[in-house]
Amino acid sequence: MNASQKKANSKTVRFLLLATVLMFGFGYSLVPLYDVFCEITGLNGKTGRIVSADVESKELYDDRLVEVEFVTSVSADLPWDFEPTVEKMLVRPGVETRADFIVKNNANYTLVGNAVPSVAPNAAAKFFNKTECFCFTKQSLEPDQTLTMPVLFVVDPDLPQEVKLLTLGYTFFESLDLASVD
Amino acid sequence: MSEVATHHHDDHHGAHPTGIMRWLTTTNHKDIGTLYLLFSLMMFFIGGTMAMIIRLELFQPGLQFVDPQFYNSMVTMHALIMIFGAVMPAWTGFANWMIPMMIGAPDMALPRLNNWSFWILPFAFTMLLSTLFMPGGAPAGGWTMYPPLVLQTGDAFPFLIFAVHFMGASSIAGAINVVATVFNMRAPGMTLMKLPLFVWTWIITGFLLIASIPVLAGAVTMLLTDKFFGTAFFSAAGGGDPVMFQHIFWFFGHPEVYILILPAFGIVSAIIPTFARKPLFGYSSMVYATGAIAFLSFIVWAHHMFTVGMPLAGELFFMYTTVLIAVPTGVKVFNWVATMWQSSMTFETPMLFALGFVILFTIGGFSGLMLGVTPVDFQYHDTYFVVAHFHYVLVTGAVFALMAGAYFWMPKWTGHMYDETLAKWHFWLSVISVNVLFFPQHFLGLAGMPRRIPDYAVQFADFNMVSSIGGLGYGISQILFVIIVVKCVRGGEKATDEVWEGAQGLEWTLSSPPPYHSFTEAPDPESITGGHR
Ligand code: HEM
Ligand SMILES: [Cu+2]
Repeated sequence: MNASQKKANSKTVRFLLLATVLMFGFGYSLVPLYDVFCEITGLNGKTGRIVSADVESKELYDDRLVEVEFVTSVSADLPWDFEPTVEKMLVRPGVETRADFIVKNNANYTLVGNAVPSVAPNAAAKFFNKTECFCFTKQSLEPDQTLTMPVLFVVDPDLPQEVKLLTLGYTFFESLDLASVD
Repeated sequence: MSEVATHHHDDHHGAHPTGIMRWLTTTNHKDIGTLYLLFSLMMFFIGGTMAMIIRLELFQPGLQFVDPQFYNSMVTMHALIMIFGAVMPAWTGFANWMIPMMIGAPDMALPRLNNWSFWILPFAFTMLLSTLFMPGGAPAGGWTMYPPLVLQTGDAFPFLIFAVHFMGASSIAGAINVVATVFNMRAPGMTLMKLPLFVWTWIITGFLLIASIPVLAGAVTMLLTDKFFGTAFFSAAGGGDPVMFQHIFWFFGHPEVYILILPAFGIVSAIIPTFARKPLFGYSSMVYATGAIAFLSFIVWAHHMFTVGMPLAGELFFMYTTVLIAVPTGVKVFNWVATMWQSSMTFETPMLFALGFVILFTIGGFSGLMLGVTPVDFQYHDTYFVVAHFHYVLVTGAVFALMAGAYFWMPKWTGHMYDETLAKWHFWLSVISVNVLFFPQHFLGLAGMPRRIPDYAVQFADFNMVSSIGGLGYGISQILFVIIVVKCVRGGEKATDEVWEGAQGLEWTLSSPPPYHSFTEAPDPESITGGHR
């Protein structure tokens, strides 16, 4: 191997190592990219979050009603009961609506949980806006404590006409200490 | 090109260590190539034993021999070992042996790195295999390592992750070495468009490796920190999302399947012109088709996850790009067939395996096309149809090409002809049994038999029994290959330098076996002709 080949080799190696490191970083950068992508498109049931004033300015269709259904679940390792007070309601797009959920801690010690929301169908998720939600913060429950928690939401009047039913699901997880809560 | 090699002088770079130290410390491309190939063969048999356990359990419905957890470990370990332990190291082995000889270089560009990249592998696989004896058993969540399931792996979990890191490091090092060798070590006169296609397909594979393996490394590192350090990349509880793992994994995973197959395209493109005694049809279109496949492989990943609930636009995008890959792939198959058209072919074993490759890989390509069509994938996803698809492209594709290449160059490596009669037996037994093994799996999948399950409904019993018999046949036939290799290393008819009548390319101008350092003096630029293969 002559000197110029040696030099060329070390240049190639440096370039390719850099590419390796960049691609490793790219793998990690997919994480925020993925979140941004989901937020923009409403994919993955990630819901929008706005203030009601934005919605009020929109034109309303008086005769339109959308059915909203609530489903709840609790992760297997969290000894809580979690139910909506009503299973379904008819909602007028553009009007702020309230739904209540009841949660009870069956354990004999205090537990902290957080609820992760999801809306189906995916295409409708970005038209579902929560103005206030128990899922924005962690919930701490004493032993045997029962808590009624409200959600205030507005269905955007721009919701595609063919969507007649929205499902809002919540899953309660035991809060991870280091986890960020949305 | 019957110019007899004039490079018989042995090198005088001081004494070589002998015995085990020779192999531990070697920086010679041929020694390292041999190590890679032997390692790969060993893994092929270890992974094969696991496949035999799988087919034994599936011979009849019901749970007979192994418990479901162990069955799932076998499925997971079989895949990891075959992909990362058998096929990928085999390609690196071929690259080590052949690329310096094909481009007229004395050795690889980075001999010390070369030694390291090999010796990481036995370490990684010892670690992976040791998990079989750990509390909680070996990883059983599938080679795709989807969370949250994979996070339930017992003590084996960190060993799985670190084994993947080491395998990845080894293949990246191998890729860097190949790319540096081809870019900087070519003999004068060996222009890029004169490179044999095996070299071309390997540079492109090298780039695929460098671009995709780090992404896998990132994904498994996220799994590790999710499990042990409280991050929540894939845990919904912490605001993460398990589906994101699938996106990241398959961003690596689809280029990976082309990492496994592109060098096979190169080998077949060397063998068919040799035994057809005609230059390869459409050399430059082969190069461009390979590049196109490599590019497309980065934008099709979500065809592995059509059923996760993507929006229509996403399903359409990934369906169109996936089906588009059939175009450059079709160009290749067309060129191989056109090369054989009106040629004077002979059917020595390398040619038989190459022909088997062309026909059977194409069947795998067709089932891939079917899977690429979103609405039908909803039916086929996670069934045996997928299993049939990837075994046609991987076993009758990649492994057949490996066998073809091994027979093609074995006389060059050892200086002896292999036993042609036994080798023909090896081919015919393999080609028949492999179809008995995998063809019925298409029907099982269409009828709805799910993959990765140790038991099944009785209506699937007949085809499973047929498939298991084929499996046993294929497994046993591979022992013949070991016998042939051992016989050939030990002795046999002396091979000429050219070995095959229609052989083209620099490696055939060297003696058989070639000198320890290939081209210590660059070959005559006049002797370098391109476009044959
Ligand atoms: C025309 C080319 C190809 C097309 C259109 C294609 C398409 C597909 C699709 C759509 C799937 C997902 C099926 C499902 O899970 O529902 C799949 C799976 C797979 N393909 Fe291909 N494929 C092609 C070539 C290849 C090649 C060349 C290889 C490897 C050498 C390969 C290896 C695999 C593997 C290993 C899987 C299964 C991964 C897993 O879920 O474990 N494919 N293919
Ligand atoms: Cu794919």
